[in-house]
Amino acid sequence: MVEFSLPKNSKVREGKTWPATDGAKRPKSFRVYRWNGDDGETPQVDTYTVDLDDCGPMVLDAIIKIKNEIDPTLTFRRSCREGVCGSCAMNVDGTNTLACTKFLDEVKGEVKVYPLPHMPVVKDLVPDLTQAYAQYRSIEPWLKSDSQPTPGKERLQSPEEREKLDGMWECILCFCCTTACPSYWWNSDRYLGPAVLLQANRWIQDSRDEATGERLDELEDPFRLYRCHTIMNCTKTCPKGLNPAKAIADIKLAMVERR
Amino acid sequence: MAANNRPLSPHLQVYKPQLTTFMSITHRATGIALAVGTLMLVCWLIAAATGESAFNEVQAFLGSIIGRLLLLGWSFALFYHMCNGLRHLFWDTGKGFEIETAYMTGRVVIAASILLTIGAWLWGYAAMGAI
Repeated sequence: MVEFSLPKNSKVREGKTWPATDGAKRPKSFRVYRWNGDDGETPQVDTYTVDLDDCGPMVLDAIIKIKNEIDPTLTFRRSCREGVCGSCAMNVDGTNTLACTKFLDEVKGEVKVYPLPHMPVVKDLVPDLTQAYAQYRSIEPWLKSDSQPTPGKERLQSPEEREKLDGMWECILCFCCTTACPSYWWNSDRYLGPAVLLQANRWIQDSRDEATGERLDELEDPFRLYRCHTIMNCTKTCPKGLNPAKAIADIKLAMVERR
Repeated sequence: MAANNRPLSPHLQVYKPQLTTFMSITHRATGIALAVGTLMLVCWLIAAATGESAFNEVQAFLGSIIGRLLLLGWSFALFYHMCNGLRHLFWDTGKGFEIETAYMTGRVVIAASILLTIGAWLWGYAAMGAI
């Protein structure tokens, strides 16, 4: 449902300003969303100062530095630090991205860091992705076929057929796009969202998959697919440069073409 | 800790406005405005069918400053909704989803709807002999 303001327990307060370290040559302020379930308080935004001359080039470097040197209670997910795992997806400077591939130089002024938007917060920058993962499960993201491949051979695919999957297999399921989508914000209980729909299209377009009809049947629903209103936030924000809006349009086209 | 106590992370409050988002919400707003405008059109037609005095009253309201501002708004809503509707039809062919293209078509739609609105009003005043 459309709700423009945050619920009472989610309103953000001004938090603590942590002292800057002495002698910082290139200090940069970080405004970071904080919430933990232990003290019964509402979320707050803490301010940290990091010396960019003594820090790696990425937003994730700064966040790790804050955790290591200023405030060890700051909680976030990270793993690969090179844009292939999708763990450090968060809202930086007003758009969703991977903290590990976002350059600090790209952000003018203070760096605002929030968890992925409109998600339940587990702690600080860690959102609860249970719903999104369940939705991913619901599109049955695996090869489905009744036929058997020739014994001892792979299922063959022409270079042209394989090319159709380009721009979709690269998705790392960081959910930057899904949590950037206002339609998903208002209807996440029923709308699948851009990331999951892009994955659905990855299997719909796969020449080796034999369940295309079934897959389209599952999506032919006023909410699951058709809550996409081409707002384009998904494509604009994708840190991997993919185009979920186009993938969703391709599913809509496939719906028409099979009639 | 109960999972249902979890706060909802900020969304509209922190998300940077994007041209495409703004145009999408404007498309919906102009659609609603057009529905209201259609009611006004119906009022005007009913007044015309009722008789001279009723018609003159509605005519006087639409000719007032407020009436003209409303008509200006509705004419812009009509042109914007039409131009952006064509953009949506173009998208329905599966094309124009690259960010640069979407921004380009978006700017064209905004410019075209403003120009069409100005053009329609100039044409209207010219037809009245007012300019």
